[in-house]
Amino acid sequence: MSAKFFLFITFTITLFFTFFSETRELSIKQLEERKKADIERKKEREKRGKKSFQKEITIKSEIVFISKERELPPVLSNLDPILDDEGFYGVKLAIEDNLTTGRFVGHDYKAEFHRILIDEDLDSEFEKLMKQGKKFFVVDFNEDELLSLMKIPGIEDVLIFNVRAKNDSLRNENCKKNFFHIPPSYSILSDALTQYLVKKKWKKWFLVTGPDKNDKLYSDALKKSAKKFNVKIKEEKIWDFSSDLRRTAGKEVPIFTKGSKYDVLVVADEEGEFGEYLAYRTWDPRPIAGTQGLKPSSWHRTHEQWGATQMQNRFRRESGRWMTEVDYHAWTAVRALGETITRTQSNDVNEVQKYLLGEKFGLGAYKGVKVSFRSWNGQLRQPILLAAPRSMVSVSPQEGYIHPVSELDTMGEDEPESTCKF
Amino acid sequence: MKLLFLIVAFFSILSFSNVNANLAYITNEKDNTVSVIDIKKKKVIKTVKVGQRPRGIIMSKDGKLVLICASDDDRVEVREAETLKLKYHLPSGPDPELFILSPDDSTLYIANEDDAMVTVVDMNDKMIIDDIPVGVEPEGMGLTNNGKVLVNTSETTNMAHFIDTNTLEIIENVLVDARPRVAMFTPDDKEVWVSAEIGGTVKVINPSSKEVTHTIGFEIPGVNEESIQPVGVRHSKDGKYTFIALGPANRIAVVDQQTKELVKYLLVGQRVWQLAFTPDQKTLLSTNGVSNDVSFINVDKLKVEKSVKVGRFPWGVVISPN
Repeated sequence: MSAKFFLFITFTITLFFTFFSETRELSIKQLEERKKADIERKKEREKRGKKSFQKEITIKSEIVFISKERELPPVLSNLDPILDDEGFYGVKLAIEDNLTTGRFVGHDYKAEFHRILIDEDLDSEFEKLMKQGKKFFVVDFNEDELLSLMKIPGIEDVLIFNVRAKNDSLRNENCKKNFFHIPPSYSILSDALTQYLVKKKWKKWFLVTGPDKNDKLYSDALKKSAKKFNVKIKEEKIWDFSSDLRRTAGKEVPIFTKGSKYDVLVVADEEGEFGEYLAYRTWDPRPIAGTQGLKPSSWHRTHEQWGATQMQNRFRRESGRWMTEVDYHAWTAVRALGETITRTQSNDVNEVQKYLLGEKFGLGAYKGVKVSFRSWNGQLRQPILLAAPRSMVSVSPQEGYIHPVSELDTMGEDEPESTCKF
Repeated sequence: MKLLFLIVAFFSILSFSNVNANLAYITNEKDNTVSVIDIKKKKVIKTVKVGQRPRGIIMSKDGKLVLICASDDDRVEVREAETLKLKYHLPSGPDPELFILSPDDSTLYIANEDDAMVTVVDMNDKMIIDDIPVGVEPEGMGLTNNGKVLVNTSETTNMAHFIDTNTLEIIENVLVDARPRVAMFTPDDKEVWVSAEIGGTVKVINPSSKEVTHTIGFEIPGVNEESIQPVGVRHSKDGKYTFIALGPANRIAVVDQQTKELVKYLLVGQRVWQLAFTPDQKTLLSTNGVSNDVSFINVDKLKVEKSVKVGRFPWGVVISPN
């Protein structure tokens, strides 16, 4: 009897959650069903013998997406699958979006996907594509690879969209007029986070930096932001333990974090080698922010405002997984190109470049305001999401940070500070 | 005979209006409810649970039916206006957001945000009769008085698609500014106004030449340009004013419908989204998504008179026609 009652209760609770869940997170099964329904609808439409609107094609544009095979770093968290297709579905969806618009204005788009293997030489593979006359490249490369790309003869004649590297040097001393940077730079991310922490009055930091080169760069950006927004770094440490923290974090972290009084533990650990293991183990009860905990980013699974729900759903339906930052950057790059070709009615490299850097360019990219490029360094100007693993906490720029041109320019290097010279 | 019919019709309208007088129906996107407001009393008189993520809401011309886009349920709910009891569901295609009824209430045109389609539903047979592939994330729906031309806007493609409702095919596509949300024909059908949320403008299009004749921009001292996001558009029937909801700028712009010049900004609640007139055109209601309320605007005085708390994220609003 009691077992039955229990079952009934469980059933009722399940029902309750099924009916009243507010999220639009669809299960894989639901996604599959939706795909099937779409195919059915398409068949029905074909049966009715109706054609979609199609203007005669006058402009054809080809976009190349290149990624690089990499040695996989060891990761502590075994929750997230290791992806080898980041960027791919972002490009695919954006091409579909471009094609839909293209149908109405007579423009055609095609994407080509290349993956450079570990043994292959990136520069020579790239040159081959340039020789084939390809003009628009979306590249998933790191800083060194991009710097090497910049030295290829004739590279000025094509447009490159960086969708991974956040390094500030690429937006400053190593900038190039035909290199567009979709990811927010380290200094944009650190300013976005700092604005929020200052708003919370968490102005005393304990800064922990990881062992990698990029960790140091992120950490440097955080220090610069701290100075800019009058934040005190009370303690600063490098994490150089090499042990597997899954078993020993409880012992190591408390001692490591014992020290001066601070409000928030700020961590720079891009690869996630130790950052996830700091939370709940610090000597003092303190929140974590930076690359773990409260994280500034361009895209996050919890993002649902400003039509982002639509994007998240479309992406998951297409790929069966969540959209990553690189996917979002790739989507934005290809859409930026599409938008420009639609508005200028041209796919000439110079015209496109001029329009992208100009004042007229503006793209809706699910961030509530239009995104555009900074004319002085080709960096995408965009709001930054500040998210905890399961909830969106805030979006920067924070209220009160004012700027004569765009409040988005209160994050990262503004025109007078930039050392980029085109 | 005709006269008799008219008299009967007159009385039936009268008697109906007694039951149904002056009610506004508000969809609360995050609560999955509809709030019903008595306009005279300026009070919520009831709140009814509806399908998931209710957004677009309209009524049949006779005021008997309320139609609600339950976006996350992938269907349209048809409810009795008086009781808000669910009568039946209409198939809608995935993720219906906004929709519009033909002048004779026989055909429903639905924008499927998630599917780049406009779905056409026969109201009598309750069946999908066609769908029209449009741009990515279709949303706004505007119809001429005679119901012959439908304008749909697509948020990611940034276009206004002109559709012949006879052939159900696209006649022309007009590029507008980023993220167009609402398309609204002027009372004389000589213009269609399209608001662009991210672009921050309203484009006025001549429906015969399909040319953009005016671009209306907004500048509000003390409000940054990026938070001026035009969404809801309503024209007064007398051709005097057009009201434009400016989203997170928390204001409604009052624009001279003829000269396209700005008359006034009205400060309302946070993230003002959609608008609706009372049948006598004396009051305008706005849904304010973030402050969870509805503002009452006196149209003659151009003054905000009151705000009424509703559910979470009020999105759409419709007012009974009689």
